[in-house]
Amino acid sequence: MKFKCDKCDKPATVHLTEIVNGQKHEKHLCEDCAAQEGITIKANVPISQLLEEFVLQSAEGGESDVGDLACDVCGTTFAEFRHRGVLGCPNDYDAFEQALLPLLGRAQEGAARHIGKVPRRAGSDQKKQNLILRLRAELKGAVAAEDYEKAAALRDKVKELENG
Amino acid sequence: MSLAELTTRAGEWLSSEGPLHDVVISSRARLARNLGSVPFLSKCGEPLQREIETRLRREIRAANIAERMFYVDVAGAGELDRQLLVERHLISRQHADAQHPRGVAVSQDESVALMVNEEDHVRMQVLRSGLRLREAVAEISRIDDLLEARLDYAFHGRYGYLTACPTNVGTGLRVSVMLHLPALKMTGELEKVLRAARDMRLAIRGLYGEGTEASGDFFQVSNQTTLGRSEEQIVDEFLEQMVPKVIDYERRARQGLLKQRATGLDDKVFRSLALLRSARTMGSEETMYLLSLVRLGVNLERIRDVSIKTINELFLLTQPAHLQRIHRREMDGRERAEARAAFIRQRLHAP
Repeated sequence: MKFKCDKCDKPATVHLTEIVNGQKHEKHLCEDCAAQEGITIKANVPISQLLEEFVLQSAEGGESDVGDLACDVCGTTFAEFRHRGVLGCPNDYDAFEQALLPLLGRAQEGAARHIGKVPRRAGSDQKKQNLILRLRAELKGAVAAEDYEKAAALRDKVKELENG
Repeated sequence: MSLAELTTRAGEWLSSEGPLHDVVISSRARLARNLGSVPFLSKCGEPLQREIETRLRREIRAANIAERMFYVDVAGAGELDRQLLVERHLISRQHADAQHPRGVAVSQDESVALMVNEEDHVRMQVLRSGLRLREAVAEISRIDDLLEARLDYAFHGRYGYLTACPTNVGTGLRVSVMLHLPALKMTGELEKVLRAARDMRLAIRGLYGEGTEASGDFFQVSNQTTLGRSEEQIVDEFLEQMVPKVIDYERRARQGLLKQRATGLDDKVFRSLALLRSARTMGSEETMYLLSLVRLGVNLERIRDVSIKTINELFLLTQPAHLQRIHRREMDGRERAEARAAFIRQRLHAP
């Protein structure tokens, strides 16, 4: 059976059956009207939506939640990342690796390894960067606790490492 | 060079025409980079954000990226100036509206802009008129090298350049083109083309990038995948799969219109020009709509006494912040509509 679009006279190519309060409703729309109504699926998925779906998925997966995962460098939890959509520090990529992989897979067409440009400079030492990140976090804590002596020592250490 | 000087003309990248400019208005390459030994921006307190801003500002200057660059302290700029930078595509809306210490370094010709403390510590972009994406990517890579020699980027053996949001991780590269597709819209084929683009995992946005509606006849199309492909692959795929097809569809749709509906097309195009030359008040959306049709008329050689350069400039200079800067005062919507109409008449040499 051929349907005409509910909204205009073109042939309907999108057929939708909705069940609302036990009542069956059928919709038949042409390509244009379906797109206008937002029914046609769009492959362009923004990060917020990806995250939302991801949250739903892990909620469905029971209480073995990854939300409690926390980065031991910056203190960001995975729940916080899901809520805000941005990570706290470079170390989060390692700290949340298992939880991030499925998300990366969906956002990046299944890719999980960089094959592009690499910094020319050999100085980009991740261990050292993480050490500085940790010292900075400690420094923040020391300032908050008004332990200025410790803060000064930490600041010197950060400077020394950054310049070295 | 100051912001005030920007208001009376379009950036060089927009005033020249560039290859395939009948459909492709401009090409853009963007890189996201972060410093490795500080947290991502949202986890830095204000003192550290300020420290990062000062440092990046200094290093960008020292890197000699372009002959003459100017730096705008976006946090200290007034609302109108921030809006002006958004209208000129030099900063994002998010960057304009944020609250923390931040800035932007811009080259004299406005083809290069480096946002400091946006979502990532550095967001750099290179703009070119027409379809010149490879050139834009080569230039941004050169700038990246200059900065990298002075900064310790966050780079991961497996995930590449690390970004605050995992959707940018890897190359941190987004390439995009701004397309003018009036004929596809008129013939009703647009949605099909855009859907095909989305199926190729390309993002479609409006004139001002993320968060703006793809409305009117202008569309920004960009890659979404940044990981697992090299920079060259990203550009190749983008230029081979999508762009030539869309250009071809749009051009065919234009020729179809000329063949089948020439009078109707002329009527639309010349009515638009007449309105622009006569109206005493003009809203910004109406301006966009009419200018789009006039642009089509010029590209199809129906209108011969208006240049693409003039139209491109009108798109830019009739926006709210530009009008207010030109008149050096704040104006409400009605005053702007009058000023806009007057400005357009003057540029189109109407009485």
